[in-house]
Amino acid sequence: MVGVTQAVDNVALVPAYLAAGTAVLVLLADLLVARRGVTMAVVATGAAATGLGAVLVGLDGPRRTFCVGTACSYQATGRTALVGCLFALLTLAVLALSAPLLRAGEAPSGEYCFLLACSMTGGVVLGAAGDLITLVVALETLTLPLYVLVGLRRRSVAGTEAALTFFVVSVVATAVTLLGAALLYAVTGVVHLSALGAALAAGPTPPEPPLAVVAVALVVLGLVFKVAAVPFHAWAPATYDGAPVPIAAYLSTASKLGGVVALLAVVGAGPGPAAVPSAPTAPPAAPVVPTPLPTEVTGPVLAVVAVLTMAVGNLVALRQRRMVRLLAWSSVAQAGYVLAPLGALAGSAGRTPEALDAAVAAAVAYTVFFVLLELAAFAAVVTLRPVVADGGEIADYRGAARRRPWVGAAFVLALVGLAGLPPGFAGLFAKVVVVRSLLAGDAGWLAVVVALNAVVGLAYYVRVAATLYAPEPAVTRAGDEAAAPPTPTDPAAPAAPAGGAPVSGPAALRPGWAVVAALAAATVVAIVVGFAPQLVLDVAAQ
Amino acid sequence: MTGGGDLTLGGVGLAATVGLPALGALVLALFPARLDRAARVTGTAFAAATLVVGALLAVGGSGDWFSYLPSSAGAPGVRPWHDLDLPWVPGLDLRFHLGVDGVSYPLVVLTALLTLLCCGSLLWRVPAPGRGRTLVALLLVVEVGILGTFLALDLVLFFLFFEVVLLPMYAVIAVWGDADRRRAARKFVLYTLFGSVLLLVGVLTVTTAAGTADLVTLTGGTGLSRGTQLAAFTLLAIAFAVKSPLWPLHTWLPDAHTQAPTVGSVILAGVLLKMGTYGLIRVAVGVAPEGARWAAPVLGILAVAAIVVGSLVCLAQSELKRLIAYSSVGHLGFVLLGIATLTATGFQAALIGNIAHGVITGLLFFLVGAIKDRTHTGALAELGGLRESTPRLAGLLGFAAIASLGLPGLAGFWGEAFAVAAAWQRGGALWTTLAVLAALGGALTAAYLLRLLRRVTHGPAAPAVLALAPNLAGAEVAVWGPLVLLALVIGLAPALVLGVAEAPVAALLEAIR
Repeated sequence: MVGVTQAVDNVALVPAYLAAGTAVLVLLADLLVARRGVTMAVVATGAAATGLGAVLVGLDGPRRTFCVGTACSYQATGRTALVGCLFALLTLAVLALSAPLLRAGEAPSGEYCFLLACSMTGGVVLGAAGDLITLVVALETLTLPLYVLVGLRRRSVAGTEAALTFFVVSVVATAVTLLGAALLYAVTGVVHLSALGAALAAGPTPPEPPLAVVAVALVVLGLVFKVAAVPFHAWAPATYDGAPVPIAAYLSTASKLGGVVALLAVVGAGPGPAAVPSAPTAPPAAPVVPTPLPTEVTGPVLAVVAVLTMAVGNLVALRQRRMVRLLAWSSVAQAGYVLAPLGALAGSAGRTPEALDAAVAAAVAYTVFFVLLELAAFAAVVTLRPVVADGGEIADYRGAARRRPWVGAAFVLALVGLAGLPPGFAGLFAKVVVVRSLLAGDAGWLAVVVALNAVVGLAYYVRVAATLYAPEPAVTRAGDEAAAPPTPTDPAAPAAPAGGAPVSGPAALRPGWAVVAALAAATVVAIVVGFAPQLVLDVAAQ
Repeated sequence: MTGGGDLTLGGVGLAATVGLPALGALVLALFPARLDRAARVTGTAFAAATLVVGALLAVGGSGDWFSYLPSSAGAPGVRPWHDLDLPWVPGLDLRFHLGVDGVSYPLVVLTALLTLLCCGSLLWRVPAPGRGRTLVALLLVVEVGILGTFLALDLVLFFLFFEVVLLPMYAVIAVWGDADRRRAARKFVLYTLFGSVLLLVGVLTVTTAAGTADLVTLTGGTGLSRGTQLAAFTLLAIAFAVKSPLWPLHTWLPDAHTQAPTVGSVILAGVLLKMGTYGLIRVAVGVAPEGARWAAPVLGILAVAAIVVGSLVCLAQSELKRLIAYSSVGHLGFVLLGIATLTATGFQAALIGNIAHGVITGLLFFLVGAIKDRTHTGALAELGGLRESTPRLAGLLGFAAIASLGLPGLAGFWGEAFAVAAAWQRGGALWTTLAVLAALGGALTAAYLLRLLRRVTHGPAAPAVLALAPNLAGAEVAVWGPLVLLALVIGLAPALVLGVAEAPVAALLEAIR
């Protein structure tokens, strides 16, 4: 260490302060006022302030702090602003979706809101992480509250089971990442992402090739857990289905976004301008702009992971009968599409600086489109279900779009967007961006794999969409009930009488305005970026 | 040709051609459900306005569209009469670039006409589950996709419009179709999505290699290496072959056409398939001519196989609608054979074959729909003696069948004859053989259509047929009349289509040489 005291750029840290302050305020508000409305208002205001702060700091230009020499642990860039803003908005949306749950007293609102704010803090810091330690700590701050949130519902065995599954798998994955990080430190002696690439490349032509390769692979595989990609995907369906639906929405959007950001930080150029000036003198064997981890290793690993994730996610989703499980498996498949552009790094043509930038921008853009559509889909599920019920069977949604045409239309739009077809133009452009970056990176085979997977994906999305518009069942399909996997016990879910009442129950069970507002906002934004995708492409390319 | 950016009257017309049906669908979506008939009337009015605007696209173009001048060196392979070029998503090289020329114009008019006729027939009668408002709105969305595909001069935009058609058509089949509609609709949507994702990869292969998605610039394959062209053509050809459909990728078609409601079948067979053949000419051949030359023999062989296999299958069909559906495979085989020859005659054959098939098969599906509505059966064995109970319907069916089998003087003749002639002119053992086989296939076409006529209109009267009233409804006459007329007019004056297509085909051939 150079000195004991450092000059800290507090402006760069404003979003993190705001997020952490929100968490503290929530705790205090819950303790002193102890009113649900106040607690929720504090989180909502805090999240909005965090998002606004992230944008304002981002507009001000790149900042860095906690530096040792040229390497910094905290780098606030345009992408940091995007990530911070997204986390804040997702927290806001999930809070809105949780309103009926908290109003019904299903979960203690003080703890719930505090944990949500903590998780947001992790996400906001994650976007700025400049070294491996900050990265892992931020990612764990993001994930840790979720273990509790998943199991926080009162009187729910399924929630506890889900939380335990999530916890065990997550701890293993974190251990794997940490082991990888430790080995990297052993090989190179640095933890800063900006120094790591040069250290790995410029070292005495890899000192311990097997060790470095193993370390890099371990870091990548551990991070892959957060995006729920194969082989660390099995927790996702069980956890999503057992968790309260709003938390499942948070897991599949914010938590996944965190995983993507972390992966991009180590695989791509990372946040902040990389050491461009040294490019001409770089050794010929190394990529021109050294990425934190060597793309020769991460590229093939990610290509394999992406292909497996897409294929497994889509194929298993075909057979799902429960709504949240289907969305979970589909979000596994979507993680494959997110990772696919990075798989282009496997080929030498994909490792040029331009191709790398294109791949990273494509992954970010896809993630933004996906998060939006996934949020809309989960918001529609929450809107269509009774207040405290879980996602239920897909058959329970039969005819739901006929009873509530606008909600049904929003749900179908989200599903079709996830499938990547018009009128879900946001999803269509997302697929175009990914395929385009793959072809630009000379990975045509991966582009074909992505394209073919989109066909498989449509098969189950269209099944759900058709169910929503199917005529009301005249007779209950006893066969389906018998063949379905055992339903986690949920006292609030009616046992599907003839007429399919479970989806839209009596008016008293109608979700509040907050849920509808979240659904409407997500849908409107999805439509807007569907017609003006350049907005997303611009922020993603920063 | 107008310069990009500035808005001309033609540009406004192009935007209106795509925009009117979209606006119509939106208006219908906001209509209250109880005003079903008013909604259908409104939708039909939008379809009519689209036809008017689309037909007017021929007016006031750059003036040289009837000229026979050979193009000067360096001129682009696509010279639209009007065009509209607005930026949309620069990050994806996507521009909202529409244009119309002699290749696309007849198809645009045909699409607008068939949609109008379908909406008109829905004014009179809505198929089974009702809700005509939604059905009309979906037809208008399908029209947006088809018209956009024909008008797009930007590859990525072309792909977007190509995709727009999928889900509305799925809904049309899945909701208003026959007994086995769900399975047929799913098969349709997955099969054709398979085609269009390959189209996506193909389109982006071209645009990333060339750095632009502008079809005017790209036509002729300038700037693309041979390897890229072969890869791009393979992907694009498979994509369009699924849509067209080309044997052996045709298996979605019989199910979809048979199960779809009448209006769905008319749009499917009449114009939706043409997106494939049009794309093959304009995009696949235009952008990757090197690849087209390389793959032409394979394409030709598959096209002839489609003609022969399609005809043989038709000979064995016992269901009326399925027979008509399968006949599309054979007829599109002639169109694809014309394209595969890569000659002016072949392209002309393909273009007029497209139009003729759209008119005649559209009419056939309307007639078959009317017969099935009346008799509630499609089995040939139960339809004997139609001539005795409803002579007018039987007469129209006979007319359409004879037009379909390619009797000289009716529309179906020119496409088939020119395609065979083009293959013969190509010379060489392969193309001569293909020409002979295609001609034989033409004879088989005559055989199965005559068999159809013998079974349905002649023969002993079946009980289902005897009870029919002899009259046609006024609405039916109004809907079928234009198609009957067109089948005659195009048959007698093929120059209507060939004339407008001559200059653009010459320009295309010049560009891909």
